[in-house]
This record gives sequence, structure tokens and C-alpha cells, in this order.
Amino acid sequence: MASFSYFDHNATTPVAPEVMAALSACLSEVYGNASSIHRFGQAAKQRLETARRQVAALLHCPPASLVFTSGGTEADNMAVLGVARAAAGASRHVIVSSMEHPAVLGPAAQLEREGAAITRVRAGSDGLVDPEDIRDALRADTVLVSVMHANNETGAVQPIAEIARIAHEAGVPLHVDGVQALGKIPVDVETLGADLYSVSAHKLYAPKGTGALYVRKGTHLAPIAYGGHHERDRRPGTENVPGIAAFGAAAEVAATTLDAESARLGALRDRLENSALERIPQTAVNGTRAHRTPNTSNLRFDGIDGEALVIALDLRGFAVSTGAACSSGAIEPSHVLTAMGLSADRARSSMRFSLGRANTEEQVDALVEALAHSVAHLRRIAGHD
Amino acid sequence: MTETPGVATRAPEPPIAVAMSGGVDSSTVAAMLARQGHAIVGLTMQLWNQRRLPGLSTEGAVGRCCSLDDVYDARRVAEQIGIPYYVVNFEREFEEHVVKPFVADYLSGRTPIPCTLCNNYIKFDRFLEMADSVGARQIATGHYARIRFDSASGRWQLLRGVDHGKDQTYFLFGLTQEQLSRTLFPLGELTKPETRDLARSMDLSVAAKSDSQEICFVPNGDYAAFLDAYLKETGAPPEATRGEIVTADGRKLGEHEGVHRFTVGQRRGLGVATGDPLYVISTDPISQRVTVGAGAELLRGAFHVHSVNWVSIAPPAVPVRAEVKIRNKHNAAAAEIRPTADAARVEVVFDEPQRAVTPGQAAVFYDGDVVLGGGWIEPESRS
Repeated sequence: MASFSYFDHNATTPVAPEVMAALSACLSEVYGNASSIHRFGQAAKQRLETARRQVAALLHCPPASLVFTSGGTEADNMAVLGVARAAAGASRHVIVSSMEHPAVLGPAAQLEREGAAITRVRAGSDGLVDPEDIRDALRADTVLVSVMHANNETGAVQPIAEIARIAHEAGVPLHVDGVQALGKIPVDVETLGADLYSVSAHKLYAPKGTGALYVRKGTHLAPIAYGGHHERDRRPGTENVPGIAAFGAAAEVAATTLDAESARLGALRDRLENSALERIPQTAVNGTRAHRTPNTSNLRFDGIDGEALVIALDLRGFAVSTGAACSSGAIEPSHVLTAMGLSADRARSSMRFSLGRANTEEQVDALVEALAHSVAHLRRIAGHD
Repeated sequence: MTETPGVATRAPEPPIAVAMSGGVDSSTVAAMLARQGHAIVGLTMQLWNQRRLPGLSTEGAVGRCCSLDDVYDARRVAEQIGIPYYVVNFEREFEEHVVKPFVADYLSGRTPIPCTLCNNYIKFDRFLEMADSVGARQIATGHYARIRFDSASGRWQLLRGVDHGKDQTYFLFGLTQEQLSRTLFPLGELTKPETRDLARSMDLSVAAKSDSQEICFVPNGDYAAFLDAYLKETGAPPEATRGEIVTADGRKLGEHEGVHRFTVGQRRGLGVATGDPLYVISTDPISQRVTVGAGAELLRGAFHVHSVNWVSIAPPAVPVRAEVKIRNKHNAAAAEIRPTADAARVEVVFDEPQRAVTPGQAAVFYDGDVVLGGGWIEPESRS
């Protein structure tokens, strides 16, 4: 049997055994509607609130400030559209970084179509937003700043606390897309100064279909969907109790393993990076090596077609990724890398490796071996050397 | 390392890369090669974003390529026959090598054949390179054409598909020996109904899917609307090509909205009324003039062909007899191919003059089923 190694944990993660146990227990035992008065409903409500406490513990926030959603994208939409639409005043201005996930860029573009002004702040070649650029972009009518905590492609951890200070000085709330940070680095939303913070369960070894938005008490948020009093009137719709219970279990596992696992993944990632840089000529790390999530490496192999490399590696049993897939599944050059100033060609020759719990040193060594072979092969074909 | 169930193990032989469009032909190719025991990689080329030109309605359009429905179909077939499958993005290369020349050709009064450019620069060039990249030595497509090795001459030869009605060699004359040596056309020996029967017998989900039509990136075959939308997007207003409609002796009959709206031999939509039926005889992008005339004026006995590629024979030093096709649906007509001082340029002299020899179209030379070669029809020299 061929064997496969998964190096794409920033795309999604497998479900952890502890999470699977919580999920299947919930699915088989608790089928009530959490809004129902009877004991079936109460049992569901208990699971829901337990999960809320578990996720809140990982975020270091009061449980009541967490709204469960269908995922990170919905949480981002709720935050960006919700804050902007709740803002009083005739003109509205929103600041985002140009490296944001489409779940933030998309609603920002929608606000633009609705008449709001949007400033998209670029990142430096290190993949970091300069807080001073945020300060410069602020206007009298700015109603929201949205900057991600950790970037999905480079892992770059943004200076959120500083950005929060700058935004708050101007009386502007800050939304932080924390989807790629949760479970990888310590997150304390109150210390960070985030007013809204989006998270997703499936990046945390729980199933797809669940996420949450932290909303600091006092933040004005207009609803983006209508039809029920769930989640303190913040998010209508019968709660996905099994998914949320799984999210809770995943948060608990992450809280207890975060420090040790971060150190292990960081060492593994550095092993991958250092041996790739040593063995493969004309290879470079995209973005900062200092302020990153420990599991993520974005490498550039000059002269190769990233799309071909992803396919070649998949055929050899290694799952990695490049850019962002469009609706057909074809790959487009990464807007994150181009926002950092990389040429389209260099963005196309870049590859993301994101490590996770199941990865081992042996897998990393085998990956580098396959990489060295495939990159050399692709460069030969392209007549590069 | 983890074992992933449901993923087939790959045979040690290098895989064959199959270009899968989601249609019945290429799906059948993938399924038949898989059934023969070959290792296969299915690749769908994403060539054009159908939503790119707003205002160009693709609603209910026939013959669209690269739609999500087509990718869905290709993916489903790949899953059904259990092969690895990927979508590869060639949009950049397609725009550069196919769409831009297509637009430029129309604007300069030629009638282009994007399918040939796509074969030359995308399907048998970029795709072959992608096949190389993923470790495949050979590629297979659903074209109706045959390839054989002629040991006497030591050349790979291109032959018409046995189904002459579906034969696609008119679009394949640009293939090189190296490309031919690495390409499989498994449908060349089959008729279209046989392909469908085969697809049905293998229970392929696309067995009854209708054939694609026209030029894949032009919805409903409306070139003029595509050109207008594309030129608008790229900032070159089509108004710039307005001009006069004249007769051969210089009489002005009317005005038109752009030379790109006319093609040699066209009769409808001229917007001028005279007693006798009028045809477009030629278009001139410099003067923006469209010359019209009676049907007899369309007949031409000889013309030049540039960028000639000799496929199945070595470039001849002396004139050769051949049947020459000047349009895909043209019945090949007997002619003599005369070499010129320029090795890549020949003169074609028909035994009987032919209607609507159209600059920008291909002239392809046959000896029976064998494709000798082909090239691009030059505008009539004004010297």
C-alpha cells in the first residue's frame, strides 16, 4: 500500500480521537433542540454551554461573549458586516489588511458596493502589517479595523496588541480573524485587545461546520441573518450541538497540549525548512521566520510551477498546498504573497507546508527527499538548470 | 505514515496523462486506458473564466468550456474509474497564446482558428509539459485522429480518424514529431457512435452528454459580442474599427461597425441592400474597408501559406500533389503544393478554383488519410 503524509493542516485537520468520542457521544445521546424546555432540550443546552466554557477557556474570554457560528467564514462576515452596518453616521470607512482571508475581504468588498470606503493595508516583505500603516489609514469615519492574527499561508503573527491600541485610541473597534492562530499559539483575546475574534473548529482537530465569534461586551453588531433568538439574539438558527460539543472537546485538548505541541511542531518545521534550504538550491522562505505560527512554512523554489509541484508531490504521497483554489479546483497565484510584494511568478513557485499532530521526523525527512527530487525534475523540464 | 483507504495504489509504470474536458470523448479515453490496465492521471485544463466578461451572457450557452459543470463531470468520471485527478490552471497561457491572437486576427481582418492555436500552444505544449512535471511520459486526448510510426521514413505520421465526419486533423497540423511520439489518440479508430456505445458499456456518467460546439470560450458562437466585451475590458474600444463597405471597383455601399464583424464569404448581416446577393470578398484592417461582391468574385485558384509544418513527410524540395482543405468543413480539393524560397512558405494551386479562401484560416494538405502538413492562409498580396 502506498503511504500518505499530510502537510496541509492550515487547510484543515483530521478529527482527534478525543473529539470523535465527544462527537459520537453527543450524536447518539443528545438529540434535543437546545431551545426546548423539556429535559431533552436541557441536555442539549448543557452540552452547548459546556462547549462554550471550553472554547472560552482557550480564548481567555467570558463564555457569554462567544457566539457559535457555522464556521470561520460566517464569524468573519458577522463581524465585518455586523459592525459596519451597526455604525451610525452617513459615511463609513473600514480598514483591512490586504492579506486577509477571502472571508474578510469578501464582506469588505460587499460593504464597498454598498457605499462604504475600504482601505486595504499592504504587508511588508516579512508578511507583517506595520501598525503605523493602520494609524495612517484611520479616518474620522472609520468604523472598523480588521487584521488577522496569524496568516494562513505564511503563518506570520501580526502585531495585534499594537494595532488594537492604535485603533482604540481612535475609538475604533478591532476585529481579528484568529482562525489560523487558535490552537497554534496562545490566544488571550482580552489582553490582545480584540473586540471581535473569529475562530473555526476544523482547524483545531474538530469537524467542519462549526466556528465562533468572540464579541467583547458593548460592541455594536447588526445581525446578518434573521429568524430566531438563539445565541443571545446574535445568531439565529438551531445550534449544531454535536459540532459545537466536538469544538469544545477540541479546545480542551488544545489547551492542555498547546505548549508542548508548539515546541514539537516548531522543531519539526525548522527541520523541514533547514534541510530544504540546504539541499535545494534557489530556495527561500517567504516572510518572517521569527514571528510565525510554529507549524507553518512557506517556501519558494525559483523557476518551478507550484501547481505542478503540488500534483507531483501528491502522486508521491505528500499533501501540500499552494495559493488558493478557485471554484473549479484550479490554483491561482496567492494574493497573500503578492500583497507582500512577491512577483506573480515567484508567488506561483511558492509552496505552503503546514504541520500537525500526526507528523513525524521520518515524514519530514521523506518529504524533503521527495521535494528535492521533484523540484530538480521540474526545473529540468522548465529548462531552468 | 498513515494508510489512506480508498486511494488506489499506483503501478510502477509511468502514468499516462489524460486531458479530461468532462465530455464523452475524453472521459471514454480515460476509462478505456484505465480498463487496459494503464496507470492514468486525469487532468482538466482550466483555460478561461466564463464569468470574466460581465455582460456577455453565458446563460444557456452551448459549447462553453471550463464550466464548473464540465469539471464536475470530469471529476465524477475520474472517481468512477478510480484515477488520480487534478484541475490545472492554464488561463494565463490560454489568454496569451489563444485569446489575444484570436482577437488580434479578427481586428486585422483575418478569421482565426483558436482551436489550432490551443492545440499547438496549450494541449500539446503546456499540457505535455505538465504531464512531464507529474511524471507522465505520454498524453492521451479524445481527438478523432490517428498516429502511426512509419518505419520506412522513420517519421511519426498523423492520419484522419476513421470517422471522417468527426475527423479533427484539420486542427492538428501543427504537431511536431516529438509531440506525436508522445501522444495517444485512442478514439482515432472509432466512430462517434462507437465511442458513445463504449461509454455506455462502461457506465460512464457522461455517456449521453451532448457534444461541445463552436469555439469553447465564445458563448453561443457570437464572436462579435465576445470581441466587443473583451476589447471593452482591456480598454480598446471597438468603435475604432468602424469603416466603409465598398465594391471591388471602389463604390461605397454603406458603413459598418468594425471589420472584426465580417469574415470572407459571409453573406448575412452586411446591412446593405442591392438586387443581387452580396458576399464579403475581403476585409482590410488598415483602411477599415470591407469589400463585397458577387459570389463568383469569391473564387480563388491559388494562394500562399505561411508557417508551414510538415507532419508526416519531410519538407519536399519539389512540388507535391495533395488534397487541400481550407476550412474544417471544406471538402478537400486537389491541388499542387509548390515550395518557395522560404522553407516555411508554399504556394497552393488548386486544380479548380475554390470559394472563400479566407486569410487566417488553415490550409491542410492530405494524401488520402495522411496529413502531409499545413499552414496559415496569407492575405492576397496587394503588390
